[in-house]
Amino acid sequence: MNLDRRLLLLAKQYPIPFIASILFGLLGGIALIGQASLLSRIIDTIFLKHTGLENILKLLFLFALFSIFRALFNWTSESEANRGTLKIKQSLHERLMEKLSALGPAYTGSVQSGKLSVNLLKGVESLDPYFSQYIPQLALSSLIPLTILAVVFPTDVFSGFILLTTAPLIPLFMLLIGKAAKKVTAKQWETLSRMSGNFLDVLQGLTTLKLFGRSRERKQSIFEISEAFRHATMKVLKVAFLSSLALELVGTIGTAIIAVSIGLRLWNGSIGFESALFILLLTPDFYLPLRQLGTKFHAGMEGVSAAHDIFTLLDKPEPEKEITAHPSDTLDYSKENIVFENVRFSYDGSGTYALQQINCTLKPCNTIAITGPSGAGKTTFINLLLRFIDPCGGAIMIGGKALQSIEREQWLQRVAWIPQHPYFFNATLRENLLLAKKDATEDELMTAVEYCRLGSFVDSLPQGLDTHIGEQGTRISGGEAQRLSFARAFIKEAPILVLDEPTSHTDPTLEQELLESMNRLTKGKTSVIIAHRLSTVKDADHILVFDKGRIVQSGSHSSLMKEDGFYRNALRTFQENTAV
Amino acid sequence: MISVLKSLLQIVRPYQWWMLLAAVMGFATVGSGIGLLVSSAYIIAKASLHPPFTELQLGIAGVRFFGIARGVLRYIERLVSHNTTFKILSKLRIWFYESLEPLAPARLMHYKSGDLLQRITGDIDTLENLYARVIAPPLTALMVSVLLWILMGKFSLMFSVTLFCFQAAAAVGIPLFTGYLNRGTASKISALQTELQTKTLDCIQGIGDLMLFNRLDDHIRKIHELKKRELALQRKQTLIQKSHESLTGLLMNAAVLVLLWMLAPEVSAGNINGVYTAVIIIAVMASFEAFLPLPDAVQHLEANATAGKRLFEIVDAQPAIIVPESPEKFPADSTIRFENITFSYPETSFPALSEVSFTIREGEKFAIVGPSGAGKSTITSLLLRFWDPAQGNIHIGNKNIRHLDPEVIRKNTGIVDRKTYLFGTTIRENLLLAKPDADDEELKQSLLFAGLGSFTAKLDKWVGQHGMNLSGGERQRMAIARMLLQNAPVIVLDEATANLDTLTEKSVMYSILELCRQKPAKSLLVITHRLRDMAQYDKIIVLEKGTIVEQGSHDELLKNNGLYASMWSLQHRLNPPELLTGS
Repeated sequence: MNLDRRLLLLAKQYPIPFIASILFGLLGGIALIGQASLLSRIIDTIFLKHTGLENILKLLFLFALFSIFRALFNWTSESEANRGTLKIKQSLHERLMEKLSALGPAYTGSVQSGKLSVNLLKGVESLDPYFSQYIPQLALSSLIPLTILAVVFPTDVFSGFILLTTAPLIPLFMLLIGKAAKKVTAKQWETLSRMSGNFLDVLQGLTTLKLFGRSRERKQSIFEISEAFRHATMKVLKVAFLSSLALELVGTIGTAIIAVSIGLRLWNGSIGFESALFILLLTPDFYLPLRQLGTKFHAGMEGVSAAHDIFTLLDKPEPEKEITAHPSDTLDYSKENIVFENVRFSYDGSGTYALQQINCTLKPCNTIAITGPSGAGKTTFINLLLRFIDPCGGAIMIGGKALQSIEREQWLQRVAWIPQHPYFFNATLRENLLLAKKDATEDELMTAVEYCRLGSFVDSLPQGLDTHIGEQGTRISGGEAQRLSFARAFIKEAPILVLDEPTSHTDPTLEQELLESMNRLTKGKTSVIIAHRLSTVKDADHILVFDKGRIVQSGSHSSLMKEDGFYRNALRTFQENTAV
Repeated sequence: MISVLKSLLQIVRPYQWWMLLAAVMGFATVGSGIGLLVSSAYIIAKASLHPPFTELQLGIAGVRFFGIARGVLRYIERLVSHNTTFKILSKLRIWFYESLEPLAPARLMHYKSGDLLQRITGDIDTLENLYARVIAPPLTALMVSVLLWILMGKFSLMFSVTLFCFQAAAAVGIPLFTGYLNRGTASKISALQTELQTKTLDCIQGIGDLMLFNRLDDHIRKIHELKKRELALQRKQTLIQKSHESLTGLLMNAAVLVLLWMLAPEVSAGNINGVYTAVIIIAVMASFEAFLPLPDAVQHLEANATAGKRLFEIVDAQPAIIVPESPEKFPADSTIRFENITFSYPETSFPALSEVSFTIREGEKFAIVGPSGAGKSTITSLLLRFWDPAQGNIHIGNKNIRHLDPEVIRKNTGIVDRKTYLFGTTIRENLLLAKPDADDEELKQSLLFAGLGSFTAKLDKWVGQHGMNLSGGERQRMAIARMLLQNAPVIVLDEATANLDTLTEKSVMYSILELCRQKPAKSLLVITHRLRDMAQYDKIIVLEKGTIVEQGSHDELLKNNGLYASMWSLQHRLNPPELLTGS
């Protein structure tokens, strides 16, 4: 659907403020006509009748009254438009957040988080001018000129005729020149934002420039790029601004024609001074709303490009919600098999499967290692287990029940997850740990901290557990993050553990400690580990080897080594290559 | 705020004549609008008295002239002011870059996160409208005010004074009043927006954790509450802002009313020709056009001052090193000597290095190992003179590096570290950084060397923002290709191969060692915590917590049975680390 139409539909959800805004805007226009009428009467009285103050007092009083009303009406009009806009922004924001939570980690993992957050916040905000300015102006730019025409025609048909014939020139010019210029200007603004991105790039890479001893000379190139941009832009603007020249000219020349024509007829005596002045006073205000439509249109258009991204997100198909939810379940998950029965999954809903024909049984209290080249479907398998996504076909059964029939929240309470890059919130360390268990006692926390060898780390923090961590707080290293994540899993005491093993880029001492923590954590739990280390794979009770979306082999290390297959081949190639 | 503004004006001062020209054009545009309406009013007032036709001709000429002039002047004004804006923008960028350059990277460590730099560029973009939105409107209004003062003065000084009072109220009174009502709102909103931004990022990046800990609904509710609070503040701000136009209109009408009150007795007494009643009133009405943008100017002023303040706070820092006025020549002998070096980062209690001494002879292969946080990378920072040590001296050849041009030191040191920054441009441009005059053949050779043979055919390929179109391993190899092009006598590899898989790592290291053996021999400094093929190094030092705990050759160190030996055995017990997953 056309973007404009969709945006208009949004405004239709809250019709009252927008109708009120237009109505008050129109009332403001009527007050303006009243003012013009009063003013021309007052000046006529002073100028031609030479009467003293006493005769115009009443008129002056009325003029003051109309002025006040006009100010109030216009302000109320703006205020109502703002009220409607805020409602739209709030509801859009809520819908976007809902969408985000429905799409879940499988989606957020696949997009740039910075860009997404800009969409969610700035995108919604940039729609403001479209609703608060463009939409009311769209109505007023025809209503006010029509109202003015309605009073000008009975006063002087000829002037009414001039206004009526010149008015359509404005939208016409806007369309003609606007279309040609819009493309060019849009491209130009794009270049501008790219240039500003370029500058950011140079700032971020300043250290690299320094490393090559090239930072000082870069100054000249910044200047040259800016100047080249300025010359190119000015060339474009010389053409683009012609549109505003044409629009301005329609207004001023229209005014000039009216002034001269009524001047001549006044001179003939075919029109009175008061009427003539009345029309002259109204003429600029006749053209004004039409011209404003142009500026407000441009202000609104910036938001429309943001709207595109917003609607794309809102239109994303949501995974189907579970249909039957059991009110409670009494299964002891630490004693049940988890069985994948012919499970398949596709991210885009089409025929390309990220996983297919997945049949396997995860036995309770076993450690299951998942291995295979990247892109083989390991993460998708984990996502299914965590119910970030649900299978497109087949079923995951636990204790004879389909996983989908268990309420997601209830399921997730029994699962602990240690991702490759655990996330810590902008909060204190304590709050980050308490996420795992709201009412954990100080003892429980300290036990977890000691257990995961975080004691000295916590002691080194200025406020211990109450130190702020995350983006704006104390930076934590990769190894510390891993251990904190272990601690959270420890506190959660869930019977099922899903773990994406940390890769080898940490230093060896640390690696050893992490391994120890991991081994202790997996004890007595059904643990599913995406393994990156040979030792982890070897020690697992069961190994699932993934390739191209399928399980190609499964079994223990010793049984797999006896098979002529992917596992043994890969291991052999590896050992040959690393032999020194 | 005043001092920030003063400094800002100082920066854009070279363009003062451009700014003045643009303001004069703005005034001429508003002036033509006044002229158009005034001559129109003059025609009809005059015509109503039925004078000889020739008396109308002056008015008609005026209408024609001003009618066209207004459009043309507006056109010129927009061109001149945009041109000025772009000039100012490029000036500001250069000024900021010039001020920032000596500070990097030592004083910018807190600004490492991209967000902060993004905010800085945002601040500079804000300052771009310093002229158009802040400086020009009051100048134009002032000129219009003077014009009206003179016009009114032709009739009575009292008219001038009266009108001036109303104009002053519109120019100063309204902005002050609404500014007072809205004080603090903008900063409250921006604080809320920052909080929203963090909470939203938390929600996006941590959505999996939030779901697992059953806190997602909670978290989203918090975000909604913040958004509601932001919107409520926005409502307040808008209501006050939107009263500007109404209040200015009200003042205009009040001025009209008072002047009519003053005019009526004068006209009936015959002191003023009645023809001018309409002219005066219409001139007054038309002049208020110039005062409409003023309240906004005050807000932009605040935004500009805040942005300026943030920028000045950054660039006012003292550089971490002093560049020598007349640097000595870079020595032919590239032996590096650290003598008793002690160094701590600002605001830390522990020294990053204490009393570290070692010598890397020309052509030697040297390794620094140790657990993370031991101070290994600090050695590179000191060698490249990003910082100066608190104690001790570093020599290259027989020269103290404090007496050398830091740019020359860096040009003579080829470094590959863990984080390679690629600029959002082509492969060619990124390579040319290391050797601006290299021809395509050289570029291709270097790519082949780094194991990027597939890139030789696409030198003009765009690497994406921050090189995001390349994989981690490819970015790393780009850095190696750059290092080769640089052809420096000293090569530093700081965890350079951490992102490469085992096979590539082996082949790249082999090529680099080959390169070092070629004449003239190059010194190689390798910083690593992964102990691989250690026997190839002439000398190894082991750092722990900023001090050298062991040194010697690989065999000697193994025999020592110290930290090195335990690191070695740990790693080789766990290894081989990558199995089937690759990297």
